[in-house]
Amino acid sequence: MIAAHLVTSFVAAAGFGVLFNAPRKSLIQCGLVGMFGWILYYMLTDGGMDVVPATVFASMLVAVLSQICARVFKTPIIVFIVSGIIPLVPGGIAYDAMRNFVENDYYTAVQLSAKVMLLSGGIAIGLMFSEVANQIIRKQLRKRVES
Amino acid sequence: MNMDVSIAKVCMLAGKIMLESGAETYRVEDTMNRIAVSYGLSNAQSYATPTGIIFSVDRVEKTNFIRISKRSTDLHKIAEVNSISRKLTGDELVLSEALLLLEDVDQARLEFAGWIQIIAAAFVAGCFTIMFGGTWPDFIPSLVAGGIGYVVMLFFARLVEIRFIAEFIASFVIGMLAILFIQSGVGVEMDKIIIGAVMPLVPGLHITNAVRDLMAGHLVAGVSKGVEAVLTAFAIGAGIAVAFAFI
Repeated sequence: MIAAHLVTSFVAAAGFGVLFNAPRKSLIQCGLVGMFGWILYYMLTDGGMDVVPATVFASMLVAVLSQICARVFKTPIIVFIVSGIIPLVPGGIAYDAMRNFVENDYYTAVQLSAKVMLLSGGIAIGLMFSEVANQIIRKQLRKRVES
Repeated sequence: MNMDVSIAKVCMLAGKIMLESGAETYRVEDTMNRIAVSYGLSNAQSYATPTGIIFSVDRVEKTNFIRISKRSTDLHKIAEVNSISRKLTGDELVLSEALLLLEDVDQARLEFAGWIQIIAAAFVAGCFTIMFGGTWPDFIPSLVAGGIGYVVMLFFARLVEIRFIAEFIASFVIGMLAILFIQSGVGVEMDKIIIGAVMPLVPGLHITNAVRDLMAGHLVAGVSKGVEAVLTAFAIGAGIAVAFAFI
């Protein structure tokens, strides 16, 4: 089962790279970043972790990998972050919420909407955390060079 | 003085291309300021929103303004502008050369060919169905629905100026196709097919960009991009909902 997820998440992330017109030479990296992020999320949720912390950890991994790719390939980080984060974006749950609204089941719909908000926040926290870590590391390195 | 004007021109053009290609506004401002600083302008002021850029080379100098009317997603152009500004700040390029290069990027059409995009959208749809817990019998129906939905969106985006209409009609078509597939016995779970098939239309980039802008302190840009994302999501949801009304 995990092999299927590896293949599909790679294709999905790289496919989104094509839709967003990522530079041709970074499509493979986009797919790999998306694949690693999704596999971490999948394994954490499969192991019984709640989806919100799992999303936070997965988006942290995506952000770290994107930072590395951006540094190595001298490409703006947004190229990798966008395709890497796409599998984690709660599109499915948002759709479920919308469908319950339409079917007049507001009780379930509001619950699902709250989950969408939490998951989006989780992605944001994950991205922010690794960006802050990156800035701190860079500041420390600069200090060491200066002294 | 003449010198300042051409710096402003390069900055504005770089900013315009990046915003039209869907970059985060804080990155746009950062790029413009970096170019200005590399030419010794210490007080350059830039203010970018999703619909326009305001820039002046010094606090009390003349202020330039560009309106951004069409926005799409083009990561390739963002990367190109980024490498030009990197070379410019690294003193590998003269200002006039940079202006020519930027004009080339502005005019260039770097997108993938239409049929490649459609195939990519189809495979994205099929793969997401599997990732969100669908089974393999749902793969082909989702692939077909996603591909056709994307074609419909491209067609109507060219026909109608308002983007949300295209997304609404595309998701309506996806909903109808999913219902047809289920009723004709192809595919197992309608929910999973629809979730996969609408993924190429979902505003994932706008959501992440809005959040990143908000975290960088660009409240106006973040909120307006967030609203754009919510409107797109609403258009998709409404399209599917109208399709369900026919069951």
